[in-house]
Amino acid sequence: MKRWLPLVFFFVLVGFFAKGLFLNPREVPSAFIGKAAPVFTLPVVGQADKAFSTTDMKGQVWLLNVWAPWCVSCKVEHQLLMALADSQKAPPIVGLNWKDKSRDAERLLIQTGNPYVAVPDDLSGRVGIDWGVTGTPETYLIDQSGTVRLKHVGPIDVDIWRNKFVPKIKELGA
Amino acid sequence: MTAPILKRCGYATVLALSLHLSAGANEPTQAVPTAPTAQPLFADAAIESRLMLLSRELRCVVCQNEALSESPAELAGDMRKEIRELMKAGKTDQEVLDFLTSRYGDFVLFRPPFKPLTYLLWIGPFVFLGFGVLIWFMALRARRTFKSAPVSSEQIAAAARLLEEKP
Repeated sequence: MKRWLPLVFFFVLVGFFAKGLFLNPREVPSAFIGKAAPVFTLPVVGQADKAFSTTDMKGQVWLLNVWAPWCVSCKVEHQLLMALADSQKAPPIVGLNWKDKSRDAERLLIQTGNPYVAVPDDLSGRVGIDWGVTGTPETYLIDQSGTVRLKHVGPIDVDIWRNKFVPKIKELGA
Repeated sequence: MTAPILKRCGYATVLALSLHLSAGANEPTQAVPTAPTAQPLFADAAIESRLMLLSRELRCVVCQNEALSESPAELAGDMRKEIRELMKAGKTDQEVLDFLTSRYGDFVLFRPPFKPLTYLLWIGPFVFLGFGVLIWFMALRARRTFKSAPVSSEQIAAAARLLEEKP
């Protein structure tokens, strides 16, 4: 038995390294999970006279999807977001246009369809920093009381939606 | 996964087109690479040196192993701008760190605080060192207390004969 101990130790170590190798280093837990979502008010893309405020969403479960018209992986998840918006069953999605031109965002949404209930325009990226955004796409789930419940980094696909978002949304009773 | 990271972190813009094709990753900066425009030299040298020192302690959240002070990523630039403005508003270094950790978590700090979640991180190496020392001592003791098997006088005589033999 004693003879095998180093070998066992070696394989345990290999196990840890293998696990570490396949973790996604971009998946950094958000500092906001379980905390109040940062409040912001921003002009809305395509409607310069209108503003979107996080207080508009008070009392309902909603999603904040951080995207930008130049972002390729956002186009990947766009189809799913469209389906969610069409289904009427998913929470409303707010699309934060992060650090890109309002005009480009407006054009793209007209061309490919708009899954968002509102598209606030964060040209300076200030709101992004407030939310701890590291890139696009990122999606946050916010509950009725304005608490962040979930953050997903990277595009959402059907599996992620079913396994990560749906259980949490059900839990919130929305 | 690695390709877009390289691009975002400011390497070879020539690769931009091919990297573009790799969708599925999280992309923090503008796709069209823009050459950094010359910034007006800083107005306040004291703030600038504080920013330089502090941002060496901070991780760029885009190019994760790079310090905020040296990252060419666009978001890093925005974050440095934010820090500069906080400093101008009279915030202390600690307040700036609190501002960033409340948004990006302890992850932005190259030296995370010592707390239950990071105990293993901070103490782990010393635990391993302890194991090493323990094994070393055990090996030394085993060597010291090593008892050779009894040797008969015939065996000693045979060994002496062998030693005297000329090759």
